[in-house]
Amino acid sequence: MDKFNDLSTEHLLALYRRMMLIRRFEERVYYLFLQGELPGTLHQCQGQEAVAVGVCDHLNYTDWITSTHRPHGHALAKGVSTESAMAELYGKVTGCCKGKGGSMHFGDPAVGMLPAIAIVGGGNSVVAGLGLAFKLRKTQQVAVCFFGEGATNEGAFHESINFAAVQKLPIVFVCENNLYGASTAYHAVSPVKDVADRAAAYNVPAQIVDGMDVLAVRAAAGDAIAAARAGQGPILLECKTYRFTGHSRSDARGYRTKTEEAEWLAKDPIPGLGNAMVAAGRISADNLTAVEDDVMRELDEAVEFARNSPDTTPEQALEDVLA
Amino acid sequence: MPVITYREAVVRALDEEMAHDENVIFFGEDVGKAGGVFKVTPGLYEKFGGDRVRDTPISENAIIGAGVGAAVTGLRPVVELMFADFAAVTLDQIINQAAKFRYMSGGQLKVPLTIRAAQGAGQGFGSQHSQCVEAWFMHAPGLKVVVPSTPADVVGLLKSSIRDDNPVVFLEHKSLYTEKGEVPDGPDFIIPLGVANVVRKGTDVTIVATQQMVKVSLKAAEELEKQGISCEVIDPRTLVPLDLETIVNSVKKTGRLITVEEALHAGGWGAEVATQVTEHAIWYLEGPVIRVTLGASIIPFSGPLEAFLLPDKDDVIKAVHRAMEP
Ligand SMILES: Cc1ncc(C[n+]2csc(CCOP(=O)(O)OP(=O)(O)O)c2C)c(N)n1
Repeated sequence: MDKFNDLSTEHLLALYRRMMLIRRFEERVYYLFLQGELPGTLHQCQGQEAVAVGVCDHLNYTDWITSTHRPHGHALAKGVSTESAMAELYGKVTGCCKGKGGSMHFGDPAVGMLPAIAIVGGGNSVVAGLGLAFKLRKTQQVAVCFFGEGATNEGAFHESINFAAVQKLPIVFVCENNLYGASTAYHAVSPVKDVADRAAAYNVPAQIVDGMDVLAVRAAAGDAIAAARAGQGPILLECKTYRFTGHSRSDARGYRTKTEEAEWLAKDPIPGLGNAMVAAGRISADNLTAVEDDVMRELDEAVEFARNSPDTTPEQALEDVLA
Repeated sequence: MPVITYREAVVRALDEEMAHDENVIFFGEDVGKAGGVFKVTPGLYEKFGGDRVRDTPISENAIIGAGVGAAVTGLRPVVELMFADFAAVTLDQIINQAAKFRYMSGGQLKVPLTIRAAQGAGQGFGSQHSQCVEAWFMHAPGLKVVVPSTPADVVGLLKSSIRDDNPVVFLEHKSLYTEKGEVPDGPDFIIPLGVANVVRKGTDVTIVATQQMVKVSLKAAEELEKQGISCEVIDPRTLVPLDLETIVNSVKKTGRLITVEEALHAGGWGAEVATQVTEHAIWYLEGPVIRVTLGASIIPFSGPLEAFLLPDKDDVIKAVHRAMEP
């Protein structure tokens, strides 16, 4: 196998494009937010794109994911349309949740993404039911739970991984360990160095993955998802990663050193893949520019779509409470 | 009509619904071979097998979460929480997840989940195994809340709850498990959610009561009858949705309202019913609306203390007399 795991150039470019889409989406959204065009708050995922993209590359729309308060990358990686994602942030009816979910509850059942769950650890419990249903119906579907390392100090993490393990459910628990839960360093609140070690308590296989390398994530996720599909029970992947931005919109990041940030910025997964492809002669730098231009066009269109979409009407506030 | 117990009613409803729809699954702590800690669900494991009837770890958060996750895929899980007090351990999953998924997804998801739990006092179970918790869930839009008082209501309403496309909190009263009552035969018997039961007809006072308090109110009504006071006793059976129409129509006829509940005065369902009635029928009222409720305390272990806190027949009679004062 070559350093690209024998993936075709086309496939590699698709991974590159997806990561670039998420990065530029987040940047655009932040800009619109500062302009006062988008309301609410934002938890962004710049730096963590490789995890969402590497994992979701193996999933079909019939496979389901749960996500967190930081869901934009998961949504775009799973196939939520850029337009409906953007419109959701504008609170428009054309949004993926008709403007009722907003940033923290992004989702689209049509592509296999539940509304994101902004209660830390909440998705860990719900994913057990997705896995249970898939197992009962013998459908070979897989459920993936994305969560931060902070969630591993919630009881829900422990209850559900045990629940999934004892019932051998087809679930891949993907921990994005970006070292900090809001301002708190993981080592300050956990005596266990690696999240992966926690899985041993439940007899669940776990693997530590370089979350800044989309190919490494993709390879590990491929094995984990295949094993889950084959009925071998849950697996935990701990992807070591870093969020390049603050925790939420107004975080000056005083708890991190500039040196640490620089070290991680140097591992940026997007140029990481792009430069490697150029160096290996798979593509030229111009190809990468073309991808980026294409992404920018897609985002321009998404913003136009969102701006031009009809606003919600007040009485919709009362709709969709009950089926 | 066959006579069965409230306990047998639960298993009958589950049995019929599991036979009726293979999407119905049932899980919780000790519900498998053991048939539940209240011995409410014996035989289901043997009949439907370990795939559809599952024992879970003692993990309430994971249990409800698993119910929610399974429900959004189209299964109709029934999960048992054992004692309703344990819902406090997993309120997040009930209130933030189950109740809100449909709304947050802009109406794209359904969560046909039934959460069964045993609530209520009278058994000496002490402070953490005895409270009535219906009011917790009335404050969470997206949930339905069912509080059956008879075996027939258990059968009819549990079946409706399982068929409902929304999360339903189905609260059995553990002091009623041995109650007997007639239940119409046949798998087609069902009671829609949101229809109150006028348990006793009357003309002078409307008494609205749930679960154990229906019996207490009926005893009071019998005694009041001898004093020449005619009471109409209404069991709403479901608190969300609430059959306000039946209650308001009754009050328009009687001009007086008493609510009787085994829960706290402040913020209980009685407060809600009282307010709604004043909003819809205040000019028909001929006396004060009175709430008979639990003493403002925590359910204690000691029998006499527990009995003191629980509303009884005399409390209801006193309330009716007060409402009738000229
Ligand atoms: C139950 C709960 N507790 C606290 C919070 C507030 N909160 C939101 S995000 C966050 C940090 C989460 O850290 P982590 O799980 O590592 O995810 P990350 O933000 O790093 O993606 C906290 C404490 C919450 N949303 N839910």
